[in-house]
Amino acid sequence: MNAHGAMAFALFATVSLTGSARADDALFHDLGDRPGIAKIVDDATANILSDDRIKATFDNTNIDRFKGLLTDQLCVVAGGPCVYKGRNMHEAHKGLHLTDRDFDAVVEDLQKGMDEAGVPFATQNRLLARLAPMHRDVVTR
Amino acid sequence: MDDAWRMASAAILGIAACWGCPAFADDTPAPPSVLDSIMSAFDEGKLLATGGVSNIEGAGGGGLATWALITGYGTHDGFGVDAHATYVTLPDYALTSWGVAAGLWDRVELSYARQSFDTENVGAKLGLGHGYTFDQDIVGAKVKIVGDAIFEQDSWLPQIALGAQYKHNDRDAIIHAIGGKSDEGVDYYVAASKLFLEESVLVDATVRATRANQFGILGFGGDRDSGYSPEFEGSAAYLVSRKFAIGAEYRTKPDNLGIAQEDDAWDVFAAYFICKNLSLTVAYVDLGNIVIANGQHGLYLSLQAGL
Repeated sequence: MNAHGAMAFALFATVSLTGSARADDALFHDLGDRPGIAKIVDDATANILSDDRIKATFDNTNIDRFKGLLTDQLCVVAGGPCVYKGRNMHEAHKGLHLTDRDFDAVVEDLQKGMDEAGVPFATQNRLLARLAPMHRDVVTR
Repeated sequence: MDDAWRMASAAILGIAACWGCPAFADDTPAPPSVLDSIMSAFDEGKLLATGGVSNIEGAGGGGLATWALITGYGTHDGFGVDAHATYVTLPDYALTSWGVAAGLWDRVELSYARQSFDTENVGAKLGLGHGYTFDQDIVGAKVKIVGDAIFEQDSWLPQIALGAQYKHNDRDAIIHAIGGKSDEGVDYYVAASKLFLEESVLVDATVRATRANQFGILGFGGDRDSGYSPEFEGSAAYLVSRKFAIGAEYRTKPDNLGIAQEDDAWDVFAAYFICKNLSLTVAYVDLGNIVIANGQHGLYLSLQAGL
């Protein structure tokens, strides 16, 4: 590698590193930090609890605790400085026999919540892209 | 004019079916009944737009390309059905298509489409008569083999499906007269589709083994080449919103007939998903040369209504 090559590599490495360091919490900020995420969770939870497809699943749920946990979880998923102390997704949904339709109902309620919170569509998709793989732990039938 | 009326009435029916239908099904709770339990199999559980639209051959896809996605909104535990009407107006021809399709357990897709290709003035020039029409029936089946285009956002593996389309054309004598070998044929394809949700982009790449001339409208095989050839079709779509996508497609085709050169096709499209029961696709499509007429490009309109 000649001097130019080495310099170019160093520059590329620097750009990549700073790029990824900045990207880490970019989504967290784009969602409006923790207050923004808390608002999304409030709106999404209200939608879920009035959604005939899925609301029965939450009959025995402590809603305030659920909202707190979901806010923590979305904060962590978005790269924010939070700690999620709840169960993992597999444990949390074991025995609920949730279907694709249930999963998508919650996705739609969350999308609607993000609409209500004024989150742009492309930003919504960046969050959903990180949540979508949870499908395999949540949908058990 | 007939076709325009047909499209218009289909549009009115579709809008009626969609009247007050929400993008989110929970807005319309219905009292339970026997009909409900039957209808609940049509669970409309998939997310909006994730069944694609009905393509030119009646399969779930874009306009020209067939995708690995299973048509309709039935999930792993349910069914989805839809019907489509498509009208393509070209400088010297018109193509209409209508059909029905079913998605079973988000795994299997069955489809039927009937295409009518009106030769308008070219028919007269060729001595067939003005408005001479080729009709083609297409029966398709598709099976999802592996992957999930939507949920598996942490994997590079696309959703992959295998499919076959049996096509039968009603103009055997003319097809042979222009050098075609058969009025029927089977296309086989493997389709790979992937939603890059982080970027709001859906990409599809499909390889099709086919002998079809102009999708089969001019028969199968020819004097120049009568065997199967591998052809490519692909789409890229950007999701502007949950209801609106724009994109472009490209499709290569065999060039079997000595009488005319057959070109690749491409389009740019906009699809509007009014709700899970109704979508409208508008495209500008370029099919190149078709027999004695060059530059066959024009407006593509397609309406899909479903459960």
